[in-house]
Amino acid sequence: MRDVLAQALAVAAKDLKLEFRRRTAIFSALVFTALVLAIFNFARDPTAVSATALAPGVLWITFTFAGLLGLNRAFAIERENRALDGLLLAPVSRSGLYLGKLIGNLVFVGLVEAIALPLFAIFFNVPVWGVIGPLVGVIALATVGFVAVGTIMSAIAVGTRFADLMLPVLMLPFLMPPVTGAVQVTARLFAARPFAEVVGWLKLLVAYDIVFVVICLLVFEAVLDE
Amino acid sequence: MTGTAEVLASRLRLTRWGVVAALALLAAVYVRALEFTPLEATQGAAQKIFYIHVPSAWTAFLAYGVVGVCSVLYLFLKDLRLDRFAACSAEVGTVFCTGVLISGPIWGKPIWGTWWTWDFRLSSTLFLWFLFVGYIVLRGAVTEPRQRARFSAVLGILGMLLVPFIHVSVTLFRTLHPQPVVLKPEGPSLPGSMLVTLLFSFLAFTLMYVGFVVHRYTLAKLAEVREAEAGDA
Amino acid sequence: MSAAPQLSPAVAAGPALEVSDLARGFGPVRALRGVSFALERGEALAVFGPNGAGKSTLLRLLAGLLRPERGSIRLFGHPFNRSDAAQRVRIGLISHASLLYDGLTGRENLEFTARCYRLSSPREAAQRALESMGLVDAADRAAGTYSRGMTQRLAIARALLHDPEIVLLDEPFTGLDTRAAGVLRSLLERLRADRRTLVLVTHNLEEGLELATQVALQVSGRFVMLDRRGDDPSLWRARYAEAVAGA
Repeated sequence: MRDVLAQALAVAAKDLKLEFRRRTAIFSALVFTALVLAIFNFARDPTAVSATALAPGVLWITFTFAGLLGLNRAFAIERENRALDGLLLAPVSRSGLYLGKLIGNLVFVGLVEAIALPLFAIFFNVPVWGVIGPLVGVIALATVGFVAVGTIMSAIAVGTRFADLMLPVLMLPFLMPPVTGAVQVTARLFAARPFAEVVGWLKLLVAYDIVFVVICLLVFEAVLDE
Repeated sequence: MTGTAEVLASRLRLTRWGVVAALALLAAVYVRALEFTPLEATQGAAQKIFYIHVPSAWTAFLAYGVVGVCSVLYLFLKDLRLDRFAACSAEVGTVFCTGVLISGPIWGKPIWGTWWTWDFRLSSTLFLWFLFVGYIVLRGAVTEPRQRARFSAVLGILGMLLVPFIHVSVTLFRTLHPQPVVLKPEGPSLPGSMLVTLLFSFLAFTLMYVGFVVHRYTLAKLAEVREAEAGDA
Repeated sequence: MSAAPQLSPAVAAGPALEVSDLARGFGPVRALRGVSFALERGEALAVFGPNGAGKSTLLRLLAGLLRPERGSIRLFGHPFNRSDAAQRVRIGLISHASLLYDGLTGRENLEFTARCYRLSSPREAAQRALESMGLVDAADRAAGTYSRGMTQRLAIARALLHDPEIVLLDEPFTGLDTRAAGVLRSLLERLRADRRTLVLVTHNLEEGLELATQVALQVSGRFVMLDRRGDDPSLWRARYAEAVAGA
């Protein structure tokens, strides 16, 4: 068990080292984020639609799409020089590999979110700081869910001819529960609604995370097994 | 043609009759629904889409369930026939699912005044449709059969697990849909002859599903045999 | 080379590598149609053949990267189980792809590989490998900046870091200049001297013959010829020419 975690961390560390030297994916994600935030601000009629009404949706669109931009990276880097063969030859457990890619992706998406959230608070003038604790909690819950599924989907997508097109097509239905839950909870947090209103959604997010992380761990081997 | 191809071709003639029979059953449903079932009080003639719309939805979900089960079995048994069957079920399921998404708005426009609403059942079916489409697009993007089978199986399993989550997500919203009329704890409150039509339609659609899938499966097998022969030649 | 930790007792029961009726296809393409051979520890098999004969498929099956559709592989007397880490550790593959990360330095590539193989001191293992391949000066430059010859040496260092007992080589001489080819040749001699078991796929008849104890000619997924090399290679060469003409 400790072995699996150690291998996962080695893989994640290697991926992050590679990404932060090239920096292409992180910059695309950040540019995309700034673009979405700016466009949404100009795309609405400020007298008719309040920023607070739009805010949760915009925030989560930003997080999900910027996240999707980065997800394919994890397995795309293994294609150069057939490096994936090197990983498969070594006694690296498939679960360890999945976990490592998952951790790397979570760090990537988490970084994008950490930068987007303050920008968003500034552009939209929403009371983020007051609910920062629960907000970070919800963000974490929903992110783990869609990144867990996204990691395995990108392993599949990178194995096809149209990786960048395949990933959104495959991911779309899987994004619905975590993103819906996240938006609902975020909206209620900003509106300072009572906790009872969000309990159902939180349970949904937690259940989604548990079910999909476990299942993805179990079936990941089938994706790489030739 | 070799022996196997001949056997399959003759089996195809049989399954073709199965499809014809299924379509005849569908026609019978139409006749029954339009001629022999009373008009519903509040909704009038538009309500009759119900007899097509609801069984289509049931069949679409059944089809995906079959895809899910075959996917799980494939990962354990690695039998390509399971993969072929799942693919056929997915194709047929997509057709039925598209049927639901078309008949829904046709029913909804006269009744609710709008083509689309993000209510419970229509939303669930829309996401099921995305799952089907994703499955078929994935299969189209992978050429090697075993890799295609593995990828499809993983997607099928994850998709099957997703369906309950979609249901729960959508339930937490208010719904515009007519409340359940048949599957209620007190028992169906549909008047006798309407219930008969509905049940007849369920039966017809399920048989249609079986007929289409079996025919498609035989077609797929024949195509593979022909391709293998061409490869050896 | 660093010494890999012993993850299983070295049971020398039967041949080091025994393959029986191995077959594998990709859809309608039957890449390998049934190949059998047996190698004792320290032997070397050279496999020649035209492109598309399925030689790479054979190596990938032996490396555990592919699942066989038929047939069996036995390693040191035990059936080869692809999920068994203890068995995977005994195999090394030198392929024509380098399996390196261009964005990492030479040293980082080797240290990562050492961690994947759970070697006890990754840093030292990497240093030793860099020294023996003459790459210490370039060790802290990105692997993507290396010349072809240096990349090949790093790739070899990576492949053999865990000191595998069975070494598979897929057309390793392709595209090498004289100096790099020389390095490779002396490496192969050293592997033979260390009693490593080799399977070498190559176009280069001379290199293959010099090294091999058994030679095979693979055409369309089968061995049309499999023989002990014998003491007089010229005899063998004649047979080979015959077989090539007939195939």
